[in-house]
Amino acid sequence: MTSLTAIKKDFPIFTHHPGLIYLDSAATSQKPMAVIDAERKFYEEYNANIHRGIYDLSLQATDAYESAREKVRQFINAKSIHEIVFTRNTTEAINLIALTYGQRLGTGDVILLSEMEHHSNILPWQKLQQEQGVELRWWPVTDQGDLDFAALPGLLDSKVKLVAVTQMSNVLGTVNDIKTITAKAHEVGALVLIDAAQSVPHLAVDVQDLDADFLVFSGHKMLGPTGIGALFTKEKILADLPPFLRGGDMILEVSKEAAIWNSLPHRFEAGTPNIAGAIGLGAAIDYLTGLGLDNIWQHEQALVKYGLEKLGKLSGVQIMGAGAGQLGSGSLGRGAIFALTLTGVHPHDIGSILNDLKIAIRAGHHCAMPLHQRYNVLASARASFYLYNTKAEIDALVSGIKKIQEIFA
Amino acid sequence: MTLEMYKANILDHYKHPRNFGELPEASAKAHAANPLCGDELDYFLKFDPQGKVSEVKFTGRGCTITIASASMLSEKLTTMSKEEITKLTTDDILKIIGVPINPARMKCATLSLEAVQQAIGHH
Repeated sequence: MTSLTAIKKDFPIFTHHPGLIYLDSAATSQKPMAVIDAERKFYEEYNANIHRGIYDLSLQATDAYESAREKVRQFINAKSIHEIVFTRNTTEAINLIALTYGQRLGTGDVILLSEMEHHSNILPWQKLQQEQGVELRWWPVTDQGDLDFAALPGLLDSKVKLVAVTQMSNVLGTVNDIKTITAKAHEVGALVLIDAAQSVPHLAVDVQDLDADFLVFSGHKMLGPTGIGALFTKEKILADLPPFLRGGDMILEVSKEAAIWNSLPHRFEAGTPNIAGAIGLGAAIDYLTGLGLDNIWQHEQALVKYGLEKLGKLSGVQIMGAGAGQLGSGSLGRGAIFALTLTGVHPHDIGSILNDLKIAIRAGHHCAMPLHQRYNVLASARASFYLYNTKAEIDALVSGIKKIQEIFA
Repeated sequence: MTLEMYKANILDHYKHPRNFGELPEASAKAHAANPLCGDELDYFLKFDPQGKVSEVKFTGRGCTITIASASMLSEKLTTMSKEEITKLTTDDILKIIGVPINPARMKCATLSLEAVQQAIGHH
């Protein structure tokens, strides 16, 4: 197994901020030099627009951009590069589906959402509810923090056209059993959209094995740049969807009256895309696969075990989803995310004081207000871990919390 | 340093907020919230015949800065006129609190002012 102990040296942010304990990777990850270099190399050495030029630089840029698409394909094991559309991020990818596939839905159709969704996997569907009369149905979570699989048969019927569900909760850390969900959804003819923003950075994802219809993620949570993300759609579904945005690069031919759309996936990438971002994302994929997703997952599982044990011992600390992902829960495990509350102390105060100790966490509802409401939690302080984090940083978090308790004693 | 925010008097106002409670006979009241963190304040004001604040109460929930600022402001409001309250600025609030507030916490510090001025506006 590759050792991840010396990995911080690959990330310049830790050189610029010695002693920084970065526990906010669920919001955005730090970037290794390899990713920063890849973006800079594009701008310095072969910057040109893609899919147009006859000249060498443009061909080189096109080749690098399309190679990044191939890397994404391999990363999630899609069948074809035709199934990979670059987007700005997860949010844009979900909106793309809502504004294309979603336009066909109306009164009598149901979209099934889980209570643990991020706002970006709620609001695009609420728009369809408000404007097209689509019914939103909520899949409840259990007190433990797992999807309630016992409730699923009562929620899935032939009216359900889409199931929109996260693969890993950005608050509870719960890893959902997507394969079971797609199998059950497909039985009633529903498609499944998987929000993989939190999962692809940490665990190996195979869209064919999952039988995903749509799978979306962002580059910036998986060591890549901001402003680049990806949408996987099964080719037979994507081929049937109307364009999302209209403009350059997504057409073959334009007259004053009409246009002929470009082939897949270019039809869904109007205008000059984030070329450098895509190339940077490709570099992030190389970096992650070089280390091995299984190694990363194992490293983080050790942190989960240690964190739950150490934080769990502190009186007054409640960890959301502390018991999620256990055997028999229907979930497949739990990632290294601890959204916690501290009796008598507001999450903003936790965040401010930890900041003084060079510990970066997030305080608030983490774009998951319905989930916080479900557990009657106004806001929480979230520490999220990634490959560069260590057990010593959990110890620092624990002593930070003890210091907060002293201040508020 | 952030820890300067957590001076003893701030923590004291947080743990023992002054003028905490409701004022059923209030002549002005308003609600202000910060949905980002779930903080919310309800401010109640009563005026004497001269138009000055005779009684003030607030309820709500929030972080140290939100509650301490609401508590400290409530102490300043008594005998202030509506006009004087309308003229209160963010800088005045920061002076009342008396500890450095970083930009991320500014909304917490000013939520009470928002509520009070809204109460006046809706009077």
